[in-house]
Amino acid sequence: MNRFDFIRPTSLADAVAAGTSPGSVYLAAGTNLIDLMKIGVTRPERVIDISRLPGLDRIEWLPDGSVRIGALVRNSDLAYDKRFAAAYPAVAEALLSGASAQLRNAATVGGNLLQRTRCAYFQDTASACNRREPGSGCDALQGENRLHAVLGWTEQCIATHPSDFCVPLAALDAMVEIEGQDGRRELPIGALHRLPDAHGATESVLAPGDLITGLRLSESTAFAAHARYVKLRERTSYAFAIVSAVALLSMDGDRIKASRLALGGVAAKPWRASAAEAALVGQRATREAFERAATAALGDARPSGDNAFKITLAHRILVRALTLAHQGTPKVLPALPASPFPDPHSPAPKGDLHVA
Amino acid sequence: MPFSISLTVNGQPNSIALDDPRVTLLDLLRERLHLTGTKKGCDRGQCGACTVLLDGRRINACLTLAASLDGSTVTTIEGLANGSELHPVQAAFIACDGLQCGYCTPGQIMSAVGLLSEGHAGDDPERVRELMSGNICRCGAYQGITQAVLEAGQAISQQNRPVPAEGSENGRSAA
Repeated sequence: MNRFDFIRPTSLADAVAAGTSPGSVYLAAGTNLIDLMKIGVTRPERVIDISRLPGLDRIEWLPDGSVRIGALVRNSDLAYDKRFAAAYPAVAEALLSGASAQLRNAATVGGNLLQRTRCAYFQDTASACNRREPGSGCDALQGENRLHAVLGWTEQCIATHPSDFCVPLAALDAMVEIEGQDGRRELPIGALHRLPDAHGATESVLAPGDLITGLRLSESTAFAAHARYVKLRERTSYAFAIVSAVALLSMDGDRIKASRLALGGVAAKPWRASAAEAALVGQRATREAFERAATAALGDARPSGDNAFKITLAHRILVRALTLAHQGTPKVLPALPASPFPDPHSPAPKGDLHVA
Repeated sequence: MPFSISLTVNGQPNSIALDDPRVTLLDLLRERLHLTGTKKGCDRGQCGACTVLLDGRRINACLTLAASLDGSTVTTIEGLANGSELHPVQAAFIACDGLQCGYCTPGQIMSAVGLLSEGHAGDDPERVRELMSGNICRCGAYQGITQAVLEAGQAISQQNRPVPAEGSENGRSAA
């Protein structure tokens, strides 16, 4: 780890002023940042400790039924908040499917949004990586890339965004509150992360000094009864998604009034599946309708390497998420949150996981 | 830029001068406070060997900068037993043979203590396994570990069960 100055501001204004200097990073829990500093991927000159800033660790319910989540709320505190989990069950499920209990106790909401890709070439300072060092190239393109992006990638970068939490947030159009040099602003989470383009791989639209202070989710009772997050991993627990999907359905009898769908592990940002949402409006909730939606969601998908299988997997996981969401939000979260495999405590839904 | 933090470790208040902000909580415990029960496994938050309680919650000490912890309270494996009386989780790990080489054990035990106080696993072995998944055991003692966590949970809830007191309708908590 390189040497750095450690700065602990006591107000938001001081934090933003300090964070604006070149070479500065914000430290919340550090579960991602400290790791990247240890392996030399991030070499900050100044670490601005925002973990004690007042007023950013609250979950506030607003009169219109929406909720504001401070950027320093810990992942586990949000996921286990009874009112929050009842209102946004797929968000709670996504949070509890991520990382380990120790990491969830530390990791913050704001940090989760800005966590860096787990692409091995990004993490290896001997490799070329346009994200870590713009203009150096992308060694993942010709490397071990079976887990890389199948949507929205370019030759500049084929990395994926690792967050589970961000996937339902994208489906719910979460608003991100940002404090910056020019004051406060907000943007929808869909506009926070950037896809790579023909020239580079800038990760987000945040400017130097910009600090995420919170998130807002609008009232979404219509989707609470049919909300699931499903995540396929290479081991049972404590692993990043190969692919994941969130499905939120608003039902009118056996017809779908509206849906919110997004995929994780497939692109450099949480991937909202708007075409699939449109394909489901007014449809009966059948396997065939779910298949058509999944086909629409992945219409633009193409392999970036040895990962064509992820397109098929993403299709199946989205169908699985829709099937489980249609069956209904479980009263008690399964022992293995977001697992695509049947919960030993409840009967498996109809529909074979292994048939596309 | 030396500065100092106050940190209560296993009930002992400490004022610690930090000459380098790069020190993690794990290195502070092991190298400066000589509490070597907390282990360094991967040093990257992947194995759980460094699990301690920070303000009562289990976290990975290897990913926590000591400089950011001014005023906090830390409990390590050394602070668990009450004199010569083992903590129920420690006793259960011995009774259930929840270890082989023992290197991951302090982290496993601290994680289990955190899990039981969080109270989300109940008596469901599947939930215990899921909520202990941040602790890797290379010897593969998972069966004994899961059993130990379940038995310690039972032992603790027995301890905390209200004991009916004479002349009292509601009884009194024994804890």
